[in-house]
Amino acid sequence: MNPQSDVLPELPLEQQAGVPAAMARTQPFYWSVRRELWENRFVLVAPVVVGAVVLTAFLVNAIHLAGRPGAPLQLLIPSQPTPIEQPYAIAAVLIVLGGLLVGAFYCVEALHRERVDRSIVFWKSLPVSDVTTVLSKAAIPLLVLPLLMAAVIVVTHLGMLLLNLLVRLASGAGLVALRTQTPLFELWVALLYGVVVLALWHAPIYAWLLLASGWARRAAFLWASLPLIAICILEKIAFNTSYFASFLQYRFSGWWAAAFRYQRPCCVPHPLSTLTPGALLGAPGLWIGLAIAAIFLAGAVRLRRCSGPI
Amino acid sequence: MACIEARGLRKVYGATLALDGVDLCVEPGRILGLIGPNGAGKTTVLNAILGLIPCEGELKVLGRNPWAEREQLTRDVAFIADVAAMPRWLRVSQALEYVAGVHPRFERAKAEAFLRKTGIRPASKIRDLSKGMVAQLHLALVMAVDAKLLVLDEPTLGLDILYRKQFYDSLLNDYFDRSRTIILTTHEVAEIQHVITDIMFISAGRIVLRCSMEEFDSRYLELNVNPQQLAAARTLCPIHERQIFGRSILLFDGVDRDRLAALGETRIPGIADLFVAIVGQADGRAQGAGR
Repeated sequence: MNPQSDVLPELPLEQQAGVPAAMARTQPFYWSVRRELWENRFVLVAPVVVGAVVLTAFLVNAIHLAGRPGAPLQLLIPSQPTPIEQPYAIAAVLIVLGGLLVGAFYCVEALHRERVDRSIVFWKSLPVSDVTTVLSKAAIPLLVLPLLMAAVIVVTHLGMLLLNLLVRLASGAGLVALRTQTPLFELWVALLYGVVVLALWHAPIYAWLLLASGWARRAAFLWASLPLIAICILEKIAFNTSYFASFLQYRFSGWWAAAFRYQRPCCVPHPLSTLTPGALLGAPGLWIGLAIAAIFLAGAVRLRRCSGPI
Repeated sequence: MACIEARGLRKVYGATLALDGVDLCVEPGRILGLIGPNGAGKTTVLNAILGLIPCEGELKVLGRNPWAEREQLTRDVAFIADVAAMPRWLRVSQALEYVAGVHPRFERAKAEAFLRKTGIRPASKIRDLSKGMVAQLHLALVMAVDAKLLVLDEPTLGLDILYRKQFYDSLLNDYFDRSRTIILTTHEVAEIQHVITDIMFISAGRIVLRCSMEEFDSRYLELNVNPQQLAAARTLCPIHERQIFGRSILLFDGVDRDRLAALGETRIPGIADLFVAIVGQADGRAQGAGR
């Protein structure tokens, strides 16, 4: 019971707002992101599993090497010309690929499942706006996953470094070379930059998947992919051109040319020297992509506002 | 200020007219039962009030336009749709945490105190709770919100009679304090007869009856008429007639109690009987409709 309202039934809202118990501070965005992670635990689990699998693979590899010194497969004790950092880069690429898949699958489901299981009725009964909801869902691939991928990569690299040390100790190879040849910290900065760029560059793709997820009554993935494929085919047959296909390809892979010099950061002594943030910020592709993402997200907000259980 | 004020609400879904000029005025402190057959437009009215759908006409809830100001309104309006709407993957503790995190008027301790009286454990997932428990959980969440308006859309659908009774008992004893307003729909009309203060029948998108329960009690009378006086009773224009065990039961609107008492046994009708009389006949589905 609220004794206050018994005594003063007409107590204005503003006055009640002064009472901390009546108007507690809320963080709808933060809790909406938490909510997404409660529902989609695979978002947190999958990158960690990929990291663990990669680490296990290298562990098996190390045991294999320790048992047979001088074996041809030499990932952890590289012979020239294989750069010492390459295994680290391979691990990072695998984890990032895993993260991209997780992000795409998450987005296709994000605005679809709540309508199928009718829980949208419950969520909409709470004071969380559609904008907050859609942004919190977009934050999973754009914010949570990149940070998580970076963290998993760093931990995996540390594990690999430890393995490397042990193998070198066991085989009597020099540790000095390891320290000077593995610019891990620089590589990490480059990777963090890389995952952030990747997320920003792919933002319209995630936003498109969210839009399709809010639109489709069934088979959201088909709604997301078939129209794009159809446009490519139509353009090819009707005009014998493939502008749209190359536009899509640029959207998937254009980030590399915009954000890095052509050498691979893993294969040069100073990974940071390959970063070109200036060129990236000057690339129209980044800004056009972000603008398209904003339009798609606005569409997703509109759809959610009108949508109910299906 | 009225809690809900609606004039000429209209809503069309494709070729279906879901609401056809609904007028509504609910004062604070009332408990309104919105009764109607399936597809009559009950849920559409509630969805419009909650700002979940746009509709034509004028609608103000707590002084706000619900479609344009849904987010602000949800701070003061709590809502339970049928229990299946709670997300099945959510844990009870997570539900409490989440609502506490997003709702400025939610008092978590109150919800926890209510839950302790039930057999619901905080670690349980909603999928592992029985339907009745989910309803209790939802009610616990809603009762811990200091809302001005509570909207209940079939809140007890599919619950057994014990849970249903408990639901309304909790609602009246632990929640309702005469400064709040409740609007509810249900098919279990008999169970809410003594819960609601106002009643409204809706049929085919139109309001066909609107009265307070005091008015209901004084206006409508059911007469178990003596067989030999049936013809006399019929001259008083009953609004409905049905047969039970070979006896005629006549329902009257605004006929003097003493006059009827002379013709047989009188009693206040159940909401269901009046519903059949008013909506059933229009709907063409009434059984034993005599007139």
